[in-house]
Amino acid sequence: MGVRINIVVLSGKGGTGKTLVSTNLALIMKSNYVDADVEEPNGFIFLKPKIKNIDNVEVDIPSINTKLCQKCYKCVSFCEFNALAIVKNDILVFDKLCHSCGGCKIVCPFNAISYKKKTIGIIEKGISDDILCIRGVLNVGEMISVPLIKELLGNLESNINIIDSAPGTSCNVVNTLNYANCAILVTEPTEFGLHDLKRAVALVEDLKIPFGVVVNRVIEHNNIIKKYCEEKKIKILSEINYEKKIAVLYSSGSLLIDDENYKKIFINLSKKIKEHLLCN
Amino acid sequence: MKIAISSQGKEKDSLMDSRFGRCQYFCIYNTEDDSFRVIANTAINSNSSAGIEAANLVLKENIDIVITGNIGPNANEVLKRSNKKVFVSEMKKISEIINEYKTIN
Repeated sequence: MGVRINIVVLSGKGGTGKTLVSTNLALIMKSNYVDADVEEPNGFIFLKPKIKNIDNVEVDIPSINTKLCQKCYKCVSFCEFNALAIVKNDILVFDKLCHSCGGCKIVCPFNAISYKKKTIGIIEKGISDDILCIRGVLNVGEMISVPLIKELLGNLESNINIIDSAPGTSCNVVNTLNYANCAILVTEPTEFGLHDLKRAVALVEDLKIPFGVVVNRVIEHNNIIKKYCEEKKIKILSEINYEKKIAVLYSSGSLLIDDENYKKIFINLSKKIKEHLLCN
Repeated sequence: MKIAISSQGKEKDSLMDSRFGRCQYFCIYNTEDDSFRVIANTAINSNSSAGIEAANLVLKENIDIVITGNIGPNANEVLKRSNKKVFVSEMKKISEIINEYKTIN
């Protein structure tokens, strides 16, 4: 033991089945499940872990000492994120816009800036069916989620970690991929699914992360995703059919692997991941 | 009184810009000496929170009043905390807005 392998499940397009794939896969692979979609983590709805541990995640926010501040506004001009503003006889701090870069303290000639801690969210750990489940939860109204993602993924346990990423190709996804050994791109055979898959492929290729594709909601075997993947020589790891039964199970908070037929899909996916992504 | 009006152009005949943070220009009109000048809104290229940067910009001009179409909560907070008044107008020519302001006050 002692080996840590992080498999990031991402999608480009939202709502293609990242959580469906990662929750079921984590149970089949007996790996840890990590929900890094901190703005709306929903994997625990399906895994229902018993929470054992909750930790706060804090960031540094500037605090201006008005007695020392000489209103030179160097900090205000310096801040790239416009988190500081001049107001009558004071400087207003928009803490939700602050990226905690520390620059305002450095440029202040009067030593008027210190930092105070602010809680932006929590990390919850629990156990479900013998697997470790971890998730980050960003507080409602907070805009900066990257520090929470870094705290969550920077301290992962040795084992295989299936990491359920945020959708899109934003900072949240890039920062999640910084911890990836390999990636699974989940998509659907629609124009939007293809468009956003291309963006996700560009991202993982740029970061040189080995990856494979899972196509969800397949109606016809020969679809636009398959065509694209064949042209680009991208490995399709699994296909999940478009079935009402899956939608019914998912919307009632059930796991697909409780059904023997669907369990096979994830056993096969697990094999394919080991063959194509983990043995390279 | 110095008034900053968000504007699409540099002339008195230009239309007001309905956006505050990402307007093209600010027309600065002084009611005391009838002087009129225009500054470019450097906040327009800001990656985020252009409204706060634009508010910082007009505050440096020592204005008393802002007239615009829409203003976000952050920029509004900055101006309110600096005891500046914010008026909302329909999209009209800058000269019309100035005249309207004069007739009201």
